[in-house]
Amino acid sequence: MKAMLPISPDGTGGPSRQPLLEVIRVSKAFGGLMALVDVSLRIWPGQIKGLIGPNGAGKTTLFNLITGILHPTSGDIRFQGRSIIGLPPYRIAALGIARTFQNVQLFPGMTVLEHVLVGGHRHSRSGLLGAILRSPRTRHEEEETRARAWAVLKRVGLAEWADRPAESLPLGLQRILEIARALATDPQLMLLDEPGAGLNLMEKAHLAELIRSLNAEGMTVLLVEHDMSLVMGLADEIAVLDYGQLIAEGPPEVIRQDPRVITAYLGEEDEVWDAARG
Amino acid sequence: MGRTGFPSNVIGFAIGVPLILAIGMLEALRPMGLSLPALTGGLLTLDTMIRVGLFTIILVGLNLLMGYAGQVSLGQAAFYGMGAFFSAILTVRARTLSIPPALAETWWWPWVVMGMGALLVGMAAYGIGRPILRLRGHYLAMATLGLGIVVYILLRENMGLPHLNLTGGFDGIQGIPRLRLGGFLLWPAWRYYFLVWLFAFGAIALGLRVVHSRVGRALRAIHGSEIAAESVGVEVPHYKAMIFGLSAAMAALAGSLYAHFQTTVIPATFGFGPSLELVVMSAVGGMTSIWGAPFGALTILLVQEALRTQLHRVLPNAQGEFEAIAFGLILVLIMMFLPDGLTVGGLRWLQSRPRLHIRFARRSFKPG
Ligand SMILES: Nc1ncnc2c1ncn2[C@@H]1O[C@H](COP(=O)(O)OP(=O)(O)OP(=O)(O)O)[C@@H](O)[C@H]1O
Ligand SMILES: [Mg+2]
Repeated sequence: MKAMLPISPDGTGGPSRQPLLEVIRVSKAFGGLMALVDVSLRIWPGQIKGLIGPNGAGKTTLFNLITGILHPTSGDIRFQGRSIIGLPPYRIAALGIARTFQNVQLFPGMTVLEHVLVGGHRHSRSGLLGAILRSPRTRHEEEETRARAWAVLKRVGLAEWADRPAESLPLGLQRILEIARALATDPQLMLLDEPGAGLNLMEKAHLAELIRSLNAEGMTVLLVEHDMSLVMGLADEIAVLDYGQLIAEGPPEVIRQDPRVITAYLGEEDEVWDAARG
Repeated sequence: MGRTGFPSNVIGFAIGVPLILAIGMLEALRPMGLSLPALTGGLLTLDTMIRVGLFTIILVGLNLLMGYAGQVSLGQAAFYGMGAFFSAILTVRARTLSIPPALAETWWWPWVVMGMGALLVGMAAYGIGRPILRLRGHYLAMATLGLGIVVYILLRENMGLPHLNLTGGFDGIQGIPRLRLGGFLLWPAWRYYFLVWLFAFGAIALGLRVVHSRVGRALRAIHGSEIAAESVGVEVPHYKAMIFGLSAAMAALAGSLYAHFQTTVIPATFGFGPSLELVVMSAVGGMTSIWGAPFGALTILLVQEALRTQLHRVLPNAQGEFEAIAFGLILVLIMMFLPDGLTVGGLRWLQSRPRLHIRFARRSFKPG
């Protein structure tokens, strides 16, 4: 499962390969607080990259910068070689970056299917006039969107929950639903923010299986996770943030031994990481 | 939602349309001295029913904006007023504006003005909505409230151009012509009633179509989580402004219809109080339901009417303030016991009674 593609930050994996996402010396200040300091990262196509670090290290902040919810104080972020700084979140989503949220962000009152339909929003065009006139084109588009949504629901194993209100799902399935909604945008890069938080062992196994199979189909993943065994088992490369700084980067076996990483996590036990969620 | 919503909407039209038709026929024919007021103990008049129809048009828009998209507007009466004054000015003041009488005196001119008014007000609201709707919660409430006050003052102060006297200031504009279809005058009132309700049912149908579409889904998603909606590619600023524009256009249309009904418009009809009243109607009917619109309007108009005519029987010395106090009390009670409004709350109550354990999520969006 490890590294279906050899990871070569210097590009030796192939002469013409360019990183899918490149974070270049990005800093983010909240008032006086430096949430991220000069962070550089590269994510290669087909990779599962792990991003770990103690609470408050800046992981979610980095996600928010990549998806355009926040803007960096300095530095650049490039997706497929093109700077995405300053683009609104919906434009970045349209480029092919999808995400899930650490604090599950569902749409109250909407069913599981409707969540995935919203995920498919960017693949259809019909607007207000189409809705009011219910033109053949609109209806055709809607049928296509539904077919795609059902395919996604089956893919992640939520089909039998389709008509349930999303908030009635157990947390484990809510997190899967967030992945399904992101998947429906048909992204090239998925950012998963602690998808395993609050899940039991069985749910975590199911989640790991899903991420692995998505990756096997070519999905690139950036995974923030506090569950070390989960992230070590999935990622082919791990980056470690501490107090906003990138303190280590490399294959899981190496990261596990890295004295700086051990120091950063010193005094923290697995349960603490698991329990403590922002 | 699209599938579950369909039958209930059919039922809505199947009951609503014949009922409205029957009331209109009753008033048109007045068979054997029967009339709407006679049958309802003086509570309902044709005039009230026309107003319910007008407010329904506004409320469908307001429900889309507030109930579905989750964006508050405390200035909706401004758009209502803009439509009303647009129609009034372009028909009554045609000469001042150098519109040739050959044009202004045709039967179709008021209809063209009505369409133009709705379109222009909708577009203006879209433009204003882009920046304003970045605000959330209380800030948005304050901004729309401010917008409403600005429009009201512009109407009252002749838009700062007293020499033209376009809006007529405090006194507004009188002598607005009645609508005609070719040679057919849409008057007496029962004829106009049919016209207004044609538009009202059109508004309901339009609202339902929007709700059960990709656009409606996006709006509800924005309501639920703006960040999540935006992260899957929903163009949030555009959608918010678009629904703001649509709701404004609908209010403007109702305003034009009001102007040709009342034949007189004054700024006070479109101030802050009326904006608030619209929000109350929307909440009482049920913001998260398109069908709530006529019920909200009817309930509030009836309560106001009943208070005005009946309160002195209970409290002989009651003044206007007592009306306001009683009105407020009734609202508090409705909001306490039916927080989702009459339609959604009422449906839920019905469903909870005969051991039909259909669980509703709180703040659920029941279609229809
Ligand atoms: N919008 C914000 N405004 C001000 N400070 C913020 C904001 N978002 C995050 N921070 C601060 O930035 C730092 C990094 O937070 P972030 O949420 O990115 O950490 P994290 O690595 O995701 O932590 P956790 O593992 O707890 O989720 C924290 O000190 C946090 O309090
Ligand atoms: Mg976080």
